[in-house]
Amino acid sequence: MSKRIDVKDLNVYYSKFLAVEGVNINIAAKSVTAFIGPSGCGKSTFLRTLNRMHEVIPGGRVEGEVLLDGDNLYEPGVDPVNVRSQIGMVFQRPNPFPTMSIRDNVLAGVKLNGKKISRSDADALVEGSLRGANLWNEVKDRLDKPGSGLSGGQQQRLCIARTIAVKPDVILMDEPCSALDPISTLAIEDLINELKNDYTVVIVTHNMQQAARVSDKTAFFNIAGTGKPGKLIEYNETATIFSNPAEKATEDYVSGRFG
Amino acid sequence: MTTNALKSSGPSAGRAGDKIFSGAALGAGVLILLTLFAVAVFLFIQALPTFTADPAEISGGAGFFSYILPIVIGTVIAALIALAIATPIGIAVALFISHYAPRRIAGPLGYLIDLLAAIPSVIYGAWGYLVLAPALVPGYQWLAENLGFIPIFGGPASQTGKTMLTAGIVLAVMVLPIITSLSREIFLQTPKLHEEAALALGATRWEMISTAVLPFARPGIISAVMLGLGRALGETMAVALVLSTGGLIPSLIQSGNQTIAAEIALNFPEAFGLRLAELIAAGLVLFVITLIVNMIARAIIARHKEFSGAN
Repeated sequence: MSKRIDVKDLNVYYSKFLAVEGVNINIAAKSVTAFIGPSGCGKSTFLRTLNRMHEVIPGGRVEGEVLLDGDNLYEPGVDPVNVRSQIGMVFQRPNPFPTMSIRDNVLAGVKLNGKKISRSDADALVEGSLRGANLWNEVKDRLDKPGSGLSGGQQQRLCIARTIAVKPDVILMDEPCSALDPISTLAIEDLINELKNDYTVVIVTHNMQQAARVSDKTAFFNIAGTGKPGKLIEYNETATIFSNPAEKATEDYVSGRFG
Repeated sequence: MTTNALKSSGPSAGRAGDKIFSGAALGAGVLILLTLFAVAVFLFIQALPTFTADPAEISGGAGFFSYILPIVIGTVIAALIALAIATPIGIAVALFISHYAPRRIAGPLGYLIDLLAAIPSVIYGAWGYLVLAPALVPGYQWLAENLGFIPIFGGPASQTGKTMLTAGIVLAVMVLPIITSLSREIFLQTPKLHEEAALALGATRWEMISTAVLPFARPGIISAVMLGLGRALGETMAVALVLSTGGLIPSLIQSGNQTIAAEIALNFPEAFGLRLAELIAAGLVLFVITLIVNMIARAIIARHKEFSGAN
C-alpha cells in the first residue's frame, strides 16, 4: 500500500505567525521526495502538516488542503489519529520507548490501533518489520532487551521498524540521520531505497549529498528573511535541481553559496 | 626536563571551590545518616525496658506483642484506606493538569492542590470531626444495612461517624496533594520526543499517556505514593481527633481501632516509667514499618531499572 499526496495552497501557522506560505506540491506514490533548505525555512514544519503532527504543538494550525489519494486530511470530521496511523513518521532523534523491549517497541503501534494479535502473528510481524528495517540480524537474539540499549543508528532503524509495522501508506522522515554517524547514515539511506518499493517516502534533510543520493524528486524551501514565512521555491526531479535549477536561489543553495 | 608541564605548582582558585562543595555535600550526606542513626539509637534505648519487663506489667497485661499488634494493624488499615482513595484520584488529577486541562485552568488548579498540602493537620482533624464524620453517618448506616455481611462494613454503624473509614478518608485528603503534585511534576517531564513517537504511530491521547507517559513516570508515581504512605502512617493529629478509639475490630464503620501515632499522642502527656517506654517502643515499631515500606518501594523501582529510560 502506498498513496500519493497532493498539497493545495497550504498556509501553516503558529498561532498568528505565518510560518509557511502557499505550498502547492504533488508527491507521487512509491517515490522518495527530499525537502531541502536552510534552517528555519519551514521544511520540518511543513512535513509535520502532512500527518497532522503540526497541531500537536499548542497554537499550531493550517489553512488549505492536503489530499491523500484525493481524501483531504483536514476535512472536518477527520480524526488525526486515523491520519497518523496511515502516515507514519520518523523523527530527528531516535526515540524508541525506553520502558519497552525491542519486540514491544516494534509492536507498540500495532497494539495501539486496538487490534488483538496472536503470538505467532506478532512474532512474524516483529521479524518482518525488523528485516524490513535491516535490523533483524543485529537484534534477533535480544528482542526482550530494552530498545534504549541499542546504538543510535540501530535505535533509528528500530523506529523505522516500529513505523512500518503499522503498515502505513506514507513514511515521513524528519532529518532521520542528523544524529547518526556516517556508517549508520549509509544503512538508513540503503533502507530508504528499499522502502521506496512499498511506501511513499518524504524526507527532510540538511545534507544535500543525501538528498541527491536517495531522492527521486527534491523540493527547495527558503525564507526571504527572519520573521517572513517560508516558501516552496522550486520542486523538480532531483537531477534537475542539482544540475540545472530554474531558480537563482536554488542554484546558490545547492552550490553552497549560502545556507 | 623531568617536570611535567601539566602539573601546576600552586593551588588554583577553581579547585578550592570544588573541595568546599564536595566537602559540604559529604557533610550533608553524613549528617542525614547520623540523624537517622541517633533517632534509632534513642528509640531503642528508651524502649528497652518494655522488652525486658514482665509481660503482665505491660498495658493489656499480655506482653508487648499483643499490645502493639492491634495498633500496628490499625495504622496499616488507616494508611491503606487513605492510599486506596488518594492514589487513583491523585494520578487522575495530575494527568488532568498535565495533559488534559487547558493551560488557563491547569496553572490555578495546580496551585490549589498545592495549597491543600499547606493546611495544618489539626484543621483537617477538626474538619473531619465536625463536618465529615456527621455527614458520613447516613452512608455508614446504609452500608451496615445493605453490605453488613462483609466484615469491614459490619454493623451497627457508629452514630457519631468517628470511625476508621472516616479517619482514612481524612488521611486520603491530606495525602492527595503529595501524590498529585509529585505525579504532575513527573508527568510534565515526559520527553516530548516519546509523546510524539506515540502520537505519530496513531495513538489517541489516552493511548499516548499509557504508552509514553505512565511507563516513564512509573518510578516517580511509586515514590509519590510512598511519600504519601509515610505521611498517612505517621499522621497523628487528624487521626487523634477523628477516630473514636478502641480495640481491634474488623468493621471500619464502628468506633474502635487505633493507630500508633495517635496512641502515642493521646497517652504521652500522662505517661511515665514503663508506660513511657511502651509508647517509645511503639514509635520504634512505626519507624521500622516506615523503613520497610521505603525499602520495598526502592526494590520495586530498582527491579525495572533496565527499562527506566535512564540508560
